[in-house]
Amino acid sequence: MSATFTTREIMIAAAAREIRDGEVVFVGMRLPLVAFAVAKELHAPTTIGIFENGVIRDRRPLSPIVTMGDPPNIAAAIACSGLIDVMALLQRGRIDLGFIGGAEIDRYGNLNTNWTPELRLPGSGGAADIASFARRTVIIMTHEPRRFRDRVQYLTSAGHGTGKGWRQSVGLSGGGPSKVVTSLGIFSFDNSGEMILASLHPGTTKEGVQAATGWPLRSAPTVTETQPPTVDELTLIRQFDTLG
Amino acid sequence: MTKRDQDKTTTLANAIRELVHDGDRVAMGLCLESLIPFAAGHELIRQNKKDLSLIGPISDILFDELIGAGCVKAVISAWVGNVGAGMGYNFRGAIEKGIPQPLLLQEHSNFTITLALKAAALGVTFLPTKTGAGGDIIKNQEAFRSVTCPFTSEQLTAVKAVVPDVTILHVQRADTFGNAHMWGNLGVTVEAAYAADRVILTCEEIVDREIIAADPNRTLVPGILVDAVVHEPLGAHPSPVQGFWKRDDEYFLRYHEHSRSRDGFLAWLKEWVTDLPSREAYRTKLGEQMVNDLRITEKRLPIDEVNYGST
Repeated sequence: MSATFTTREIMIAAAAREIRDGEVVFVGMRLPLVAFAVAKELHAPTTIGIFENGVIRDRRPLSPIVTMGDPPNIAAAIACSGLIDVMALLQRGRIDLGFIGGAEIDRYGNLNTNWTPELRLPGSGGAADIASFARRTVIIMTHEPRRFRDRVQYLTSAGHGTGKGWRQSVGLSGGGPSKVVTSLGIFSFDNSGEMILASLHPGTTKEGVQAATGWPLRSAPTVTETQPPTVDELTLIRQFDTLG
Repeated sequence: MTKRDQDKTTTLANAIRELVHDGDRVAMGLCLESLIPFAAGHELIRQNKKDLSLIGPISDILFDELIGAGCVKAVISAWVGNVGAGMGYNFRGAIEKGIPQPLLLQEHSNFTITLALKAAALGVTFLPTKTGAGGDIIKNQEAFRSVTCPFTSEQLTAVKAVVPDVTILHVQRADTFGNAHMWGNLGVTVEAAYAADRVILTCEEIVDREIIAADPNRTLVPGILVDAVVHEPLGAHPSPVQGFWKRDDEYFLRYHEHSRSRDGFLAWLKEWVTDLPSREAYRTKLGEQMVNDLRITEKRLPIDEVNYGST
């Protein structure tokens, strides 16, 4: 059973489904804050959320939040530590999954959140660190031609670099991006480290996705339709998405 | 530079006047989204401090305000913007167009700025990391160099120490010596306090020394690091203070709208900073209703006592 939903809502639902029960997840800003709450409530009751301000939680925030530092995300945490502590968890390889985003992405899942020739962007925050060390990352992006470029103009957060073997060659211990959730579909990565189309959100087409992507996009052997948010997912998303 | 056990309470105006000088490196906003010392930031603007270098992982809108007010020469940071709304328009204006003045930028990630402050706190010139390998951030030779581990020959990135002249913190409570109790997420607060030459504390409450000594694990900044203690309730508004104040989300969004244009920002600056003589006037301007709406009234206390007993 499904209902009417927005692009933002299907993106949050898709991100939440990437969290597997029991995993230690580095949550990140905005959409992942909601995805963590949805996953905790529905399918990942024993997942642990790590927030870069130092908070560690075994449960969703007590009420909806805008930032990870809001009081309902601190109350009933299982630990309140510092940035150096959660970065230690990352660098020691103790984080299963990290969520990141960017202003630009390229075919190998590299991200830019610093500069374009026209635009100063806010910067890395913790994204470069999460991209370096998490066992896998899930990237959340708005899908537009200016954002999906053949090559990022500045490499903030490492994806698969120039392809297979690059991460090991530069000394990155994390596994790199496993999925990209966009406003048009969901993408995975093939053995060469290249992003491939895995599923289309309802109402989008391969042609539409290609038109918004700055390189000849390849597809997985089977391209499915993204499962719309369930009623349960939508209820939770609408409860916790304060910025939607 | 040990600071003696004496009463360091003062006014915010005096603390900023005596302890922050033009050209200083100032660390602020070190908890990330909470406990941001906005009252102190506004006093920096009122006293027309110039050529500051701001240090902090992310800063929500505090750095953007100071940049727009013309106080800032450089930013050493991982992220500058408005967490709830996205862009920091003054930050962009300074970098892209040099308005109100050009801005130097030392790019970091959250991890590398933490290590830069931790190195300074430890009194060493760098700390090594594996973060950012293959990326563009660590290509900046002023902040980062490639080094070989002397034990394993592994390639690492050395992060150069960043020593703040002044670290400014807002905390829940402190005694008059500056022993600070804080709780909730810590960000890089502790590293920045230990790294700096001088520390200014603003706090919700000034408490008796015995309240501090009854719970010493809560003392994250000891008074021997601190130069000034300022009683400034709501001094972190619009950022939240656990147990005291909620986040004023609407204020951040209104700032976002006002700061879209230079004229809009200047009107905002006049209304909320330069036309107000003090934080007391700011609290009055917010109004009793708003202050009451933001006040956290819930009591959420440890269920079991922590026993520090010794005999």
